[in-house]
Amino acid sequence: MFDLEGYSGIIIAGLKQTLSVGVLAMLLATLIGILGALAKTSESKVFKAIGSFYTATIRGIPELILLLLIFYGVPTLLQDIGASFGYEFVLNFNSFVAGTLTLAFIYGAFSTEVFRGAFNSIPKGQIEAANAMGMTPMTLFFRIKLPQAVRFAIPGLSNVWMLLIKATALISVIQLDEVMRMTKVAANATHKPFTAYFFAAMLYLGITLVSIGVQTLLEKRYMRGH
Amino acid sequence: MDWQIVWQHFPRLLDGLYITIQITSLAVLIGLFIAIPLALMRLSNVAILRWPSSLIILFFRGTPLLVQLFLIYYGSGQFRHELDSIGLWTYFRETYFCAVLALALNTAAYSAEIFIGAIQSVDKKQVEAGRAYGMSGVTLYRRIVFPQALRIAWTSYANEIIFIMQATSLVSIITLLDLTGVAGQIISRTFAVYEVYIAIALMYLALTYSLVFIFSRIEKYLRRHET
Repeated sequence: MFDLEGYSGIIIAGLKQTLSVGVLAMLLATLIGILGALAKTSESKVFKAIGSFYTATIRGIPELILLLLIFYGVPTLLQDIGASFGYEFVLNFNSFVAGTLTLAFIYGAFSTEVFRGAFNSIPKGQIEAANAMGMTPMTLFFRIKLPQAVRFAIPGLSNVWMLLIKATALISVIQLDEVMRMTKVAANATHKPFTAYFFAAMLYLGITLVSIGVQTLLEKRYMRGH
Repeated sequence: MDWQIVWQHFPRLLDGLYITIQITSLAVLIGLFIAIPLALMRLSNVAILRWPSSLIILFFRGTPLLVQLFLIYYGSGQFRHELDSIGLWTYFRETYFCAVLALALNTAAYSAEIFIGAIQSVDKKQVEAGRAYGMSGVTLYRRIVFPQALRIAWTSYANEIIFIMQATSLVSIITLLDLTGVAGQIISRTFAVYEVYIAIALMYLALTYSLVFIFSRIEKYLRRHET
């Protein structure tokens, strides 16, 4: 059924890029999520406003537009700004870096909501107790808040990961040699577009199924104290 | 920086916005008509109905929309003769048809999953009471299950509509002139890259939050009996 005249190899090679972008973007998105949630749950009105502005904007703009804006728009904007100060230069972004950063930026907003929920589900009494014991905010965060927030955040973060890995397909638009772009090469060379894209679909489905399995294991592991 | 270009081409961007809204509405409507039987099949006791539905939902939720779009748009070419012999090739040749079909199937799978959860969370005792009262299956669904499931599902379903509206931007990749497609055309002529992308980002933002507003009004209406 998957007779792609040997071209299935390059699609699998593309899988490496897909997974690299996906994992890297997910790590950054988690980090952004923790920071975003801290901003949104902080006492400071300025941080709160920045956090809300970030999540509200990301929610309202399609991923593709953000990707194109960052990959094509930002270099042009910087060139224009440079030119207005008398510096002429040509700037191009690397598609791996631009793709990873865009996905991290988008799914960081999703993770922010996940971690906000997770921080809020930590019993207030524990935080008061930690304060009463004289813990510094840093110690409170690393010893009490973060370990528990991670546990509450696992189901939400798994969803973010599964959305993110599917969104990596978009990066083919900015010419990164990931699964979708390699599939296009295979489809054109073999004249079997359906077979090629179906093969790609099965790879993504495989990732999703493995992810669901890992999610179940992680949830069991982190919930064992309950 | 040249914002004048955006104003000059604003009528064309509005044409694109119209196509975006049109495709979204079609996909959501057709998707809804596919989603309801899909959900009912999944909830049925008959294995031969349950399995196909589960597989369809898994496939469309587990793979990227872009793959689904390419599978229909480029992939149909592989079966050109077969499609031609049953008279379907005229449809699959059309970009617009392929775009709406891919989006409708995708949103149908996500909506079906939402409806399944909602139908399952309707109180079982009410169903039993309805049955005891002698209601037929159809009446039971129409009077007891659907109205409540709709209320439970609404928030998630509204979010799904917003997701699929934003996802319509992908149809520009198969050369359809939706808002994103028109923007690409204007940029290739004027080179006003970030001005045009920022402008359409703002238009998508406006569209998203208009929908959020409308949907929250509908939610209020659906929950009018609750205290």
